Amino acid sequence: MAKYIVKRLLLMIPTLLGVAVLIFFLMRVVPGDIVELRFAGESAFAQKENLDKERARLGLDRPLWEQFLTWMLGIVRLDFGTSMWTGAPIMEEIKLRAALSFQLAVMATIIAVVLAIPLGVVAALKQDTWVDYAVRIFSIAGLATPSFWLGIVFILLLLIVFKWLPPMVYTPFWVNPWQNMLQLIWPALAVGYRYSAVATRMTRSAMLEVLREDYIRTARAKGLWLKLILSRHALKNAMLPVLTVIALEFAFLMGGLVVTEQVFNLNGLGMLFVESVARRDYTLTQALVMLVAFVFIFVNFTVDLMYAWLDPRIRFR
Amino acid sequence: MSGLTRMLRLIAILSGVAVLVTPAGAQDRPRSGGELIFAVPSEMPSYDGHREGTFGMVHPLAPHYNTLLRVDPNDRTGTKIVSDLAESWTVSADGRVYILKLRRGVKFHDGSEMTSRDVKASYDKIVFPPPGVGSIRKGQYTNVEAIEAPDASTIVFRLKWPQASFLASLASPYNWIYKAEILAKDVRWYEKNIMGTGPFLFVEHVKGSHWVGKKNPNYWDKGKPYLDGYRAIFMKDSAAQVAAVRAERAHIQFRGFSPAERDSLVSALGRKITVQESAWDCAAWVAMNQERKPFDDKRVRRALTLALDRHQASQALSRIAVVKEVAGVQVPGTPYATPPDELEKLAGYGRDIKKSRAEARRLLREAGVPDGFSFTFTNRGLPMPYEPVGVWLIDQWRQIGLNATMATIEASQHVTELRAGNFTVSSDAQCGYQVEPDLDLAKFQSKEISHNNYGRYTDKVLDELYQKQSRALDPEERKRYVREFERRLLDEQAHTVITLQWHRIVPHSAKVRGWTITPSHYLNQQLDTVWLSE
Repeated sequence: MAKYIVKRLLLMIPTLLGVAVLIFFLMRVVPGDIVELRFAGESAFAQKENLDKERARLGLDRPLWEQFLTWMLGIVRLDFGTSMWTGAPIMEEIKLRAALSFQLAVMATIIAVVLAIPLGVVAALKQDTWVDYAVRIFSIAGLATPSFWLGIVFILLLLIVFKWLPPMVYTPFWVNPWQNMLQLIWPALAVGYRYSAVATRMTRSAMLEVLREDYIRTARAKGLWLKLILSRHALKNAMLPVLTVIALEFAFLMGGLVVTEQVFNLNGLGMLFVESVARRDYTLTQALVMLVAFVFIFVNFTVDLMYAWLDPRIRFR
Repeated sequence: MSGLTRMLRLIAILSGVAVLVTPAGAQDRPRSGGELIFAVPSEMPSYDGHREGTFGMVHPLAPHYNTLLRVDPNDRTGTKIVSDLAESWTVSADGRVYILKLRRGVKFHDGSEMTSRDVKASYDKIVFPPPGVGSIRKGQYTNVEAIEAPDASTIVFRLKWPQASFLASLASPYNWIYKAEILAKDVRWYEKNIMGTGPFLFVEHVKGSHWVGKKNPNYWDKGKPYLDGYRAIFMKDSAAQVAAVRAERAHIQFRGFSPAERDSLVSALGRKITVQESAWDCAAWVAMNQERKPFDDKRVRRALTLALDRHQASQALSRIAVVKEVAGVQVPGTPYATPPDELEKLAGYGRDIKKSRAEARRLLREAGVPDGFSFTFTNRGLPMPYEPVGVWLIDQWRQIGLNATMATIEASQHVTELRAGNFTVSSDAQCGYQVEPDLDLAKFQSKEISHNNYGRYTDKVLDELYQKQSRALDPEERKRYVREFERRLLDEQAHTVITLQWHRIVPHSAKVRGWTITPSHYLNQQLDTVWLSE
């Protein structure tokens, strides 16, 4: 097992390197220039001399290979440099938003898991009954409803019915849990619903498959309690694909909630990502892409380890 | 729009107008206390006003600073210059020496005295920035020969030639007075820190979230500010801004809302909302790349402007977009703006659209394109007002046989494409931080002078007229040059097409008092005169 973990950890390096090369050069291909955007734009007084001075200050006048090398050396030292737009250290920019994005992802995941697993199991057990149909309608509706749209509906309902709006400024949970929940529960519900829909359908189909296995039939034939069969034999095995879906969705939430963040005015990583691209803030965009890539790779790695825990056949292989 | 909505909107607008026309003395007495909460749709990259160009910096940061002069906070034209840190000034007969007397007893937030040394250091940084330090508006001060501080309360500007706009330049909303001692130690200190003389002290900035200021108890203007503090919340999404005002989580968003957003707020809040509106110092223009055929032919360019029914569009588009006034090169209602009857004499500004379009077709025939032609209209990827104006333009040009296809490109890429000349015809805009011909017309000088002359033309006559209006100290003489400039730019050469002036709409909580809308969303943001009625 230790050998497997080391091997997987080492494999992360070429993957991250590939991402680094790709994002560095892709950003340079995108038309637009941070200096022009920031200092020229609509101003008739932007002088070329000033723009050149800024480009030199940001290192944009240096050859591409040199810029890439400097960046890579920084990454090796875990120094992502400073944002070209704000001049602040990138880690500071990310840290500020990561807490909110992480909490929202965790809350949405909890909501999704709490909804999806019981619903998926019940739907599988009551296949083709009204219960199954109701769960399927609920989950298909979740898949068809974009979370930002649901967010807008929540906001309008709160505004029109209760003349109330969630707080506009993020308060960390440890500072004021009530304020924190008042702000984040709504986006978590909006995102969690769609997320749960994906997981419900996966749980249902995985359970249906497992429930038809020989070992389940054998367990039933032995006269084991249904509860025991479900918890000890069926659910654990059915969880493998569900876990993958949940983990990938979680990784996506750590930077992909752009519109939902916009709707609820959340200061999260998704908005930071979009703004950094729009501003051609190369260093920040590169760092964010690396972060998201790392989260995806790490989550995949964790899921693989959990597979081994859930399924002894994988562990022994 | 329902009848009720219309009536509510009318009531709110009338109540807003009533507030604006009521003499200051007749208004309620300003009340002290309270925290003003406002939404800001953009955020500053750094804290240094001399370096940045976004209103996203001016709105939250201006209350921490003073400028030498300022635009009168009660002047709706945004052109009346009054004192701020300089209490009086004299100008030499030849218009080349400006002597300003500073207020005494003004203190920085750290308790140190503000003197002419600080003013000189601040203006030296703007006008003669040291190597490696960016000063975005340095080009506006190429005329400044020397800045002197003969004594602690006097500052002198010596100009190379007279400049009509120089006083206005000293009232630029960006030219905050910094502390000389700090600049001497670290000229970039102000990029990340705040230390001003303004009515509010800095409390907190959480990036991407909010900015907080609190009352400066030692402010030099005794009795001000009225507010205990303010909180600026950064909100990119306009729907979130509207929701915040509607739920009374924010009192105001100073930049402006669209007509539909105004109407929704008015219908939801009724008398709890006040609407202030003004012609905006931003214009929706069309740039025609004169390096590409057939736009090198002025007859074709004139045809494009003659095709537009501006007066009809003013009524129709103003219902759905932030454009309204039919205007020339200056904001309507301001001192150098051309009166409507005179404006109507320019190509495309007449009320007889059939006659204009007949003339446009004749010009196209003369230019050798009697059946019209096809071209791509490059539009900026922002919905307001670019999208509706773009659709309208294409329809108008179709009326004279021109077949334009709209290509919408991302906003940040749009600037790059314009500057590189990678377009044939494109939307173009400029928002001024002051209503001042020197600022508003600079863009239209020849491409060798103006880096954002997107028409990519050279017109020495226009350059000369720009200089003449800039140096004319007599307002009437200056007006004449501005008119000549306008006529050449929009009519004789038709270098550019102005569609409509943007229209600024600020619906805000009726509790907010003491704030007057101006044509520029960069102005009047010091908040020293603002108070809350409840």
